[in-house]
Amino acid sequence: MATFKQAPAGASASQKLMTWVDNRFPATQLYNEHLAEYYAPKNFNFWYFFGALSLLVLVIQIVTGIFLVMHYKPDAALAFASVEYIMRDVPWGWLIRYMHSTGASAFFVVVYLHMFRGMIYGSYRKPRELVWLFGCAIFLCLMAEAFMGYLLPWGQMSYWGAQVIVNLFTAIPFIGPDLSLLIRGDYVVSDATLNRFFSFHVIAVPLVLLGLVVAHIIALHEVGSNNPDGVEIKAKKDAAGRPLDGIPFHPYYTVHDVLGVSVFLLIFSAIVFFAPELGGYFLEFNNFIPADPLKTPLHIAPVWYFTPYYSVLRAITSEMMYVLMAIVVAGAVLAVLKIKMTGLFKAVVLGAAAVVVLLMLSIDAKFWGVVGMGGAVVILFFLPWLDYSEAKSIRYRPDWHKYLYGLFVINFLVLGYLGVQPVSSLGERLSQIGTLIYFGFFLLMPWWSRLGTFKVVPDRVTFAAH
Amino acid sequence: MKKFICTLLISMAALSGAHAAGGGIVWDKFPQEKSTDVAALQSGAKTFVNYCLNCHNAAFMRYNRLRDIGLTEAQIKSNLMFATDKVGDTMKVSLDPKDAKDWLAAVPPDLTLIARSRSSSQGSGADYLYTFLRTFYRDETKPTGWNNLAYPNAAMPHVLWQWQGQRTAKFVDEKDPHDEARTIHKFEGFETLTKGTMPQQEFDESIANLVAYLNWMGEPGQGTRTRLGVWVLLFLSVFIVIAWRLNAAFWKDIK
Repeated sequence: MATFKQAPAGASASQKLMTWVDNRFPATQLYNEHLAEYYAPKNFNFWYFFGALSLLVLVIQIVTGIFLVMHYKPDAALAFASVEYIMRDVPWGWLIRYMHSTGASAFFVVVYLHMFRGMIYGSYRKPRELVWLFGCAIFLCLMAEAFMGYLLPWGQMSYWGAQVIVNLFTAIPFIGPDLSLLIRGDYVVSDATLNRFFSFHVIAVPLVLLGLVVAHIIALHEVGSNNPDGVEIKAKKDAAGRPLDGIPFHPYYTVHDVLGVSVFLLIFSAIVFFAPELGGYFLEFNNFIPADPLKTPLHIAPVWYFTPYYSVLRAITSEMMYVLMAIVVAGAVLAVLKIKMTGLFKAVVLGAAAVVVLLMLSIDAKFWGVVGMGGAVVILFFLPWLDYSEAKSIRYRPDWHKYLYGLFVINFLVLGYLGVQPVSSLGERLSQIGTLIYFGFFLLMPWWSRLGTFKVVPDRVTFAAH
Repeated sequence: MKKFICTLLISMAALSGAHAAGGGIVWDKFPQEKSTDVAALQSGAKTFVNYCLNCHNAAFMRYNRLRDIGLTEAQIKSNLMFATDKVGDTMKVSLDPKDAKDWLAAVPPDLTLIARSRSSSQGSGADYLYTFLRTFYRDETKPTGWNNLAYPNAAMPHVLWQWQGQRTAKFVDEKDPHDEARTIHKFEGFETLTKGTMPQQEFDESIANLVAYLNWMGEPGQGTRTRLGVWVLLFLSVFIVIAWRLNAAFWKDIK
């Protein structure tokens, strides 16, 4: 236990109070470690707004969510009407609801941009692997949170979207049907489903989410922030042990983030006040029709932020399975030929490939679609161990790496676009190519990330004074 | 880095209007200026309670909310309330859904949110309603004797037929230019059978008023929302300038 400190003679009342508190709770220590003496690189650029903005949107969602729960009724017979009650009769209810519905989409916008920042500057690489892993777990939670929250308004898209997604679980061999029954709590999406999704949405998932956010930030502050140059600022310190290229988070980045927050709020408010439906992307038009278990909408599309993954799901058809099997076989053969390993290990690799192909032949493509969709998210967790490039930051990588990342982004957006569209034969082909590009980008990264001529990474960060 | 942002923005723009187009005809444009015209909204409300609110509900809409379109409670009570005597009640009719199903082959949908729910890539929900309500025609093959261009085989008859008069639609069968084997049943125009009490222009006007009302009822607070939004954006614009200068003031020390 730390020794009790005494406030200096003639200390002000507030100094005395802080001494009293600090003897019992490390308030000053926490403030210094995480704000006033947390040294962040001074060369943060545009991309570094999105971490703080994610936190802001999280707070918006929690606060507006608290007020929505005061008036919302998690009951299949009352839910839809209670949302309209919030929109019409609860004072300022419309504003709270639109902030929450816009916030859901905004959350994915800022989180996707935040993740992309991490990808291009190599923020997931040693020593920040855990920061990245916690972040991926947050992303996973966020998807669960958004999916279950979307059921709550109990409109047609809420209902049928949930029906489609929960039915996916039935494709899992052996346990599938029972698992989906467990998730729904009924044979179809019903009041039981609504109640459990409500419970998960308002308490279970947010609780985990908050814990993960804390872990994400603690891990970040332990290792320090990366920066657009991918240079470790802790390598060069002054006599007092402060990084030469670091500046205290507070006030420099708090005031910087206030600017980012105000611009974000301008865009956010423009949507909330002038286009809360955003052309059917943030609030789908069909969701203004109450859920009807007897009327399946012609075209069921998930909300935009899920559509890239939904495209992957739809891309994996029984025809596509042959392509995937060929890839598994080719991968195994290539591994055996190119990688140095013992004969026994070679046999194991070939055997495993044979087993996978057998499974692919015997289990329905629908299941592999689910695997593909899940895998598209899970693969992100492995990023720190897939990237072998000499330079962390895209700035010092070969130029063609930039085009590869550009292709990845365009491909992700195309997959997203196709996921909104009804099935078409051209769309199916494109999403199959897109799926191969998506997975190829990650799975081939150990190979391509080493290639090319890397530029010289400077000792210090590059920074031009404002 | 700038290239990335450009690519992102362009791709986002390409995404807009990505919703699938449905069948039916091209929708007429609802005269948007009607949606903020109080006289039009009041006239639409009158048509609504007299003609629509016999089979359809507007179960999330309270009568006293009509004050927002410039009516007094006394006016609402004496002119617009037929199904209840409590001005705080929602607009519900006493048509049993079971009876409705028997008599009309389908339960008439609730109309509170009809304008919002019918939006699509083809146009706004108001455009759809404006087209739907003006394209009824006589079709003796249907149980009600009526059919509709915007919503083929609609279960709803032409409730306002006395206003518009009765018409039939002429169709010609044409070869599908994209598929030789198929023929398209192409609409060629209406033919008047009996004249209505209103000339076409007046009828269109009345329907526009009704649609303006339906559109308003979908979100009665939309006026408040946009009015407030202007102030919020003005405030934030000023605040951005302050935040920008404040940021610059702090960062001038960082070399």
